[in-house]
Amino acid sequence: MIRRLPLLLALMMPAWPAVAGPADEHAAECRVAEHLVESTFPLPQVARAIAAKKLDILVIGAGSSRLPGPGGAKSAYPARLQAALAKKLPGVAVAVATDVSSRRTAAQMVEALPADLAATKPALLIWQTGTVDALRGVDQDQFAQALDKGINTARSAGADVVLVNAQYSPRTESMIALGSYTENMRWVAVQQEVPLFDRFGIMKLWSDLGTFDFYSPTKKLDMAERVHDCIGRLLADLVLQAAKPESPSPTGIR
Amino acid sequence: MAPVSTERDLRLDLFRGLALWLIFLDHIPSNAVSWLTIRNYGFSDATEIFVFISGYTAAFVYGRAMQEHGFVVASARVLKRAWQIYVAHVFLFAIYLAEIAYVAHSFDNPLYTEEMGVRDFLANPDVTIIQALLLKFKPVNMDVLPLYIALLAGFAPVLWLLMRAPSIALIASAVLYALMWKFEWNIPAYPHGAWVFNPLAWQLLFVFGAWCALGGAKNLSRYLQSRVLVTLAAAYLVFAFAIAMTWYFPRFGGLVPKFVGELIYPIDKTNLDVLRILHFLSLAIITIYFVPVDWPYLRLRIFKPLIICGQHSLEIFCLGVFLSFAGHFVFTEVSNRLPMHVIVSVAGIAIMIGAAALLSWYKRVERKGPRPPAAKPGYAGGDA
Repeated sequence: MIRRLPLLLALMMPAWPAVAGPADEHAAECRVAEHLVESTFPLPQVARAIAAKKLDILVIGAGSSRLPGPGGAKSAYPARLQAALAKKLPGVAVAVATDVSSRRTAAQMVEALPADLAATKPALLIWQTGTVDALRGVDQDQFAQALDKGINTARSAGADVVLVNAQYSPRTESMIALGSYTENMRWVAVQQEVPLFDRFGIMKLWSDLGTFDFYSPTKKLDMAERVHDCIGRLLADLVLQAAKPESPSPTGIR
Repeated sequence: MAPVSTERDLRLDLFRGLALWLIFLDHIPSNAVSWLTIRNYGFSDATEIFVFISGYTAAFVYGRAMQEHGFVVASARVLKRAWQIYVAHVFLFAIYLAEIAYVAHSFDNPLYTEEMGVRDFLANPDVTIIQALLLKFKPVNMDVLPLYIALLAGFAPVLWLLMRAPSIALIASAVLYALMWKFEWNIPAYPHGAWVFNPLAWQLLFVFGAWCALGGAKNLSRYLQSRVLVTLAAAYLVFAFAIAMTWYFPRFGGLVPKFVGELIYPIDKTNLDVLRILHFLSLAIITIYFVPVDWPYLRLRIFKPLIICGQHSLEIFCLGVFLSFAGHFVFTEVSNRLPMHVIVSVAGIAIMIGAAALLSWYKRVERKGPRPPAAKPGYAGGDA
């Protein structure tokens, strides 16, 4: 079962107040999904790094963590995340490194992880995965084990972890069985006490509310760029909220 | 033990028809109307209803055949049915191929370069199509029919045992279920993993349905009216509803005690989690309590559309899968706003009803035709 937020219930929910920064910093179109960006678990290493005025982040991901074209790297969400964090953390040196290449399963990324962590020594690993595993029909247990292994590897290297799940892609929805992978990621995140950035749920809500038309057959980059910009901003909100030392979310599952 | 009743229980057709409608609504991706369906409010969904009732009707129809014509004839009929379902599955796969080929050539949004990997399997059809014919490659939402085929393929000996020693057959089924959980048995799938609906798990519900048809339901009936049982079932449904709400409102997740979360998650659909079985049984208990077999409203015209859909389950199931593909196509090509979701859902169900009415009419005409009605005794009670 794919768990989605019902449109009506979503509309009935009170708008969640922006946690980090005034709301006008957001592009208007991102704002509707703010209440979905809720961290249940703290990010202590990030909090420490912010206090030390130097925040290094590593994004490891597959094809949906980048955009094609010459300006792709600058407009994809890792770069937008860096820009949003730098703006909200004046005086802190924010650097986002990426290891992004297409068609990698979670297990393949785990293989690359030790070298990446050694090279960048991040306080935070943002790990986008799930789509390729779903496309290839990777065994659920193996997928969950890869997630566990990656999270443990990052932790022993002194990094916090945020998981990012698959994109909502309505055109291919009847062809890629994302449901159980998304659920599995949610489950691993709760077990490992790692924040999950619910990219799928956020994009689904944007689609339901008409913020973006993800059915669009456009070949142009402009919508993709706006989506990545929004994802970068919301991801920055999540990171800052989870890294706040004084409010490690009272409602979280402990 | 012989099939006890000669009168077909209309409730079976009614609820199987309902399950078919719900499966159709659930199979249209992103369909807002699917928020009406039961999967959103508890652990089990329409699949459980469909499998249980299919087991029940299979025992009802082929049990009588076995009694009247012996093991060999009944087995041959069961296998013929399995073959029909296989052909239906391959037909649906052909439609699926057409859809994916269309998407692959018409869609190039730069946001979704990764998702376009679905094209990859068109690159080597020699492997993919053969794996599909072997039932190892099963696209999204095309897992129910292979399960049904597997269940029917092994059904004849089970039915034979059920008619002689029903308790032993049911216990054997439960033991197989338990062994499957202990040793994690499943059937391998292509390119990786295992069957989405593990037949070794789901057989339990199918056999339980068959057991009920062959007298089990009658034996259970005195317990089914007990207030204690009905209260327990209702309490369990409330519990499942509360848990389901935490899926949509993550903030309530904190209200679920950690030990409860660890106890219940993950709720495994592939291997038919015990929580799902209990949820289905609770639904069944409540339903039977409020809708007895002689419920006068069953013959009301308003239920007729559901009942005729349930009476032609294979055809209507396949039509539903096809219509869900078509509905998805309308969403992508015409409109994906809420009014279109409603229109597609209502039109789809109307088409299912129309087709079922046509099939019923066709069957009546066939019976009246040149061939004597005895030509198809096995189907007198409807299709399994």
